[in-house]
Amino acid sequence: MAKKSWFLPAILGIVAIALPPFLGGYFQHILILVMMWVAMATGWNLLGGYCGQASLGSAAFFGLGAYGAGMLYLHWGISPWWGVIAGPLLAIVVAIPIGLVTFRLRGGYFVLSMLAVCETIRIIFLNWVEMSAGPLGIVIERTWGMEKLPYYYMVLAIAALSLYVVYRLMKSKFGYYFVSIREDQDAAEGLGIPSTKYKMYALIPCAGIIGLAGAFYMNYMAFIEPNTVFPLIISATMILSVMLGGPGTFWGPALGATIFVLLSELLRAFAGPVIGTIHYLIFALILVLVIMFLPNGIAGEGDKIKRLFRGKKPVYVGGE
Amino acid sequence: MAYLDINHVVRKFGGLVAVNDITVGLEQGEIFGLIGPNGSGKTTLFNTINNYYPANSGEIIFKGIPITRMSTHEICRLGIGRTFQVVKPLKRMTVLENVMAGAFLRTNSATKARDKALEIVDFCELMQRKDMPAKSLPIADKKRMEIARSLAGDPELILLDETAAGLNLKEIDAAMVIVKKIRDKGITCFVVEHVMKFLMGISDRVMCINFGAEIARGTPKEMSRHPEVIKAYLGEEYVKGK
Amino acid sequence: MALFGQTIICGFLMGGVYAVIAIGMTLILGVMKIINIGHGHLMMVAMYVCFALFTSLGLHPYIAMFVAMPCLFGIGYLLQRYSIHRVRFVDTILPQTQVLLTLAIGLVFVEIIRVIFKSDFRSVYTPFSSKCLYIGDMSISLPQLISFGIAMAFVAGLHILLTRTDFGRSIRATAQDLDAAKYMGVDALRVSSLTFGLGMALAAAGGALLLPIFYLFPDIGVPFTIKALIITILGGAGSTVGALSGGLVFGMAESLGAVYWAPGYKDVVGFVIFLLVLLFMPGGLKTVIKR
Repeated sequence: MAKKSWFLPAILGIVAIALPPFLGGYFQHILILVMMWVAMATGWNLLGGYCGQASLGSAAFFGLGAYGAGMLYLHWGISPWWGVIAGPLLAIVVAIPIGLVTFRLRGGYFVLSMLAVCETIRIIFLNWVEMSAGPLGIVIERTWGMEKLPYYYMVLAIAALSLYVVYRLMKSKFGYYFVSIREDQDAAEGLGIPSTKYKMYALIPCAGIIGLAGAFYMNYMAFIEPNTVFPLIISATMILSVMLGGPGTFWGPALGATIFVLLSELLRAFAGPVIGTIHYLIFALILVLVIMFLPNGIAGEGDKIKRLFRGKKPVYVGGE
Repeated sequence: MAYLDINHVVRKFGGLVAVNDITVGLEQGEIFGLIGPNGSGKTTLFNTINNYYPANSGEIIFKGIPITRMSTHEICRLGIGRTFQVVKPLKRMTVLENVMAGAFLRTNSATKARDKALEIVDFCELMQRKDMPAKSLPIADKKRMEIARSLAGDPELILLDETAAGLNLKEIDAAMVIVKKIRDKGITCFVVEHVMKFLMGISDRVMCINFGAEIARGTPKEMSRHPEVIKAYLGEEYVKGK
Repeated sequence: MALFGQTIICGFLMGGVYAVIAIGMTLILGVMKIINIGHGHLMMVAMYVCFALFTSLGLHPYIAMFVAMPCLFGIGYLLQRYSIHRVRFVDTILPQTQVLLTLAIGLVFVEIIRVIFKSDFRSVYTPFSSKCLYIGDMSISLPQLISFGIAMAFVAGLHILLTRTDFGRSIRATAQDLDAAKYMGVDALRVSSLTFGLGMALAAAGGALLLPIFYLFPDIGVPFTIKALIITILGGAGSTVGALSGGLVFGMAESLGAVYWAPGYKDVVGFVIFLLVLLFMPGGLKTVIKR
C-alpha cells in the first residue's frame, strides 16, 4: 500500500550514504540516533500503525535485543556484533509467548498489558544478576573506538533493512490482512482472516527490527543496564515518532523519528543547561498536542492536503 | 443429510434465550429465507453459525463436517461467507482493497487477488466506486461491497444479514438482482431479512422465527398467509380480524 | 507459621489500599470505556502534593490527603472535559488514541514533578511510621493498619455514593449503557468528567495512604498503574466489588511472593497472576465465585 515512487527514496539514499563522511562527529552521532529511531519507529508502526495493536511495551524488544548482544560478551566473551543475530532472535523468542497471551486482549487492555510485560522483563533483568549482571549493567569495548562513521553505515543498513522488510510485507497478503485487522477485527475474522495468527506475523518482524536496533545500541553505546534499555520513555518515544509522522503510513514513522531526534537534540542543547530535565517535559507536551490535534500525523494529514491541491475529492454519489 | 444442518441449536445470553432449539436443513443451491420480528434471534442464529457466539448446545454441520466448535475464520475458509446487519466496512481501505482482503483467502499472490477482486467488483456492479475509501460509500454500496468482499473468498454458502434494510425501493430491486445472480453462480444463500418484499421475491423456502423459536416454515406464498406469521408481525388482532 | 500469618495480614492490609486505587481505575473504565494509563502517574502527583504539605506545613499525609483529593479531582475533571473527551470522536488510524493520550498526560505530570522536585528519593517520616502492633509473634505495622482502615472507609463511602445518590445512579447508568443514559437526560460529558475526577481523587487517596510506607520518586507511578490494571482484570472489568476483592487477593499474593520468593520479584508475582487470570479465567474473580 506504499506509493510507487522511487525518486524520493533514491535521493534520500544517496544523501544518507554520501553526506556523513563530511560531517563532524557530533552530527554523525545525531544521524546515528536518527537512523536507529527510524528503524525502531518503522518496526513499531508495523504492529501498531498497520495492524492496529499499539504496544506500550516495545522497549522490551529493544532491551532484549541489547541484552542479546551484551550477554554474549558477558558470558562467553563472544563479540557483541554477533548480537545482530542473537539480539533479534532473543527478542522474537520472547515475543512469541508474549503475543500468544496478550493478543487475547483488545484495545486498551492490550496496550497496558504490554506495558506490564515490559516492566516485568525489566524487573527480571534487574534482579537476575547471574544472567544479566543486574543493575551494574554490561560494559563492552567499542570496536571502532571514538570513530563514528562505521557505526553510522551499520545503523543505516539496519534502517534500510527495516524499511525494506515493512515495504515488502505491506505489498503482500500480509499487508492487506494487517490493515483489515486494524480496521475491523470482527469483519476480518468473517473474511477468513485468522486474526491472532496474523497479529503474530506482525509482531515477529516488529520485535526483530526493534531487537536489531537494540543490538546495535549495545555495540554503539558500549554500556547498557536494565533502566536505560527497558524504560517506558523508549516505548513512548516510538509511539510519539510514529504518531508525529503518521501511523499506518510508510514514510511517516521515519519522518517522525527524524523530527523527534533533531528536536530533542536541539532541546537538550538549548534548554538543557537552563533546567536539567525540561526537554523531557517538552517532549511529553508535544506528545499530548500531537495526539490531540494531529492524531494521524504529518503524513496522515498530508494526504488530505495533497488531495485538496489536486482537486480530487472523493465523489459522493447518492442513489442512481 | 442436508447441505447445512442446524440441529437443535440453543444460544442464551444470561437468562435470555436468543435462539431456542432451532433445527433446519438447507439444500445446496437454494435461497433460504429467515424472517421474524425485531429481536427474534435471526442475527444471533447467524452469529452461532460462524461462531461469533458459540452455541450453548446443539450442532451445526456443513457438508458433513461439524463446525460448531470451529473458529470463525476456519468456518469461512471451509466456504461459509457472510455479510453483517450493521455493516462492517474496512473503513480506510478502498472498495477494491476491501474485496482483495476477501480474495486473499484463496490465494497468496497480490496480483491474483487483485484480478479476482476486479472480477467480483464488476460482478457486483461497483466498478465506478472501486477506488473510493469504504467509509465514504453510501449505505447501499457498503452493503453491496460486503457481499462482494465475501464472494471474493469463493464461498459455497453465503449468509446475507439484512441486505435490504435501510435501502430504498430501487436499491432493493438492485439487491434482489444481485442475490439471484449469486444463486445462479451455484452459491447457496441463507438470507435474513426484515423487508418482506425482498424475501418473498427471491426465496425458495422461508422460515419464520419468533422469540428464538421456529413458528412456521414453507414457501414464500404460504408464509404470507400463515396466521402465526401475521400474528408475530402484526399482533393478535389482525389474525382475529381476518 | 507466624511469618506466614504476618505475611498474609500485611498483604491484606496493603491490598485494601491497592483496591482504592484500582476502584478509581475501574470507575473510569466503566464509564468512559478507556483504561487510564496515567493513573499511577497522577497518583504520584497527589503523593507529591502531600509531601509538599508535609515538608512546608508539617501536615500529616492523612490530613494532607483531604487537600490532595480535591486537587486531583479538579485535575481529572478538567483533563476529561478539555482534553481526553475531545479526541473521542476524532477519526484516527490508531484505535486507542484516548488511551495513549492518558499516557502522554501522565508523562507530562511526571516531568513537571521532575522539574520541580528533581529525581531524588523522598520519604515522609511520621511519628508512628515504624510503630507496630503485636499479635502473638506477628507484628503489624501501624501505618498500614490505619491506611487500611481509611481505605475501607473510602470504599464504603463510595459504595453509598454509587447506590444512594443521583450522581451515583447516573454514573452507573452511563457505565451500563451510554446511549440509554443519554436518552434519559444524563449529561454524558458532565458525568464522565466527574467520574474521571472521582477516579483521580480515589487514586490520590490511595497515594496519600501509601506515602508513609513507600519511598517517593517521580517514576513511582508505572508499577501502580500496572497493579491497578491487574486488579481490575482480576476483579472483572467495571466491577467495584470485584476491584475490592481483587485488590485484597492481589495484595496477599504479592506479599507472599516477596517473602517466600524474593523481594525484588514482588512485582513479577502480580504479573504471573495477571497471566494466569488471562489464560484460565478471562472473566476475573467473578467467574470463580459464580461457579
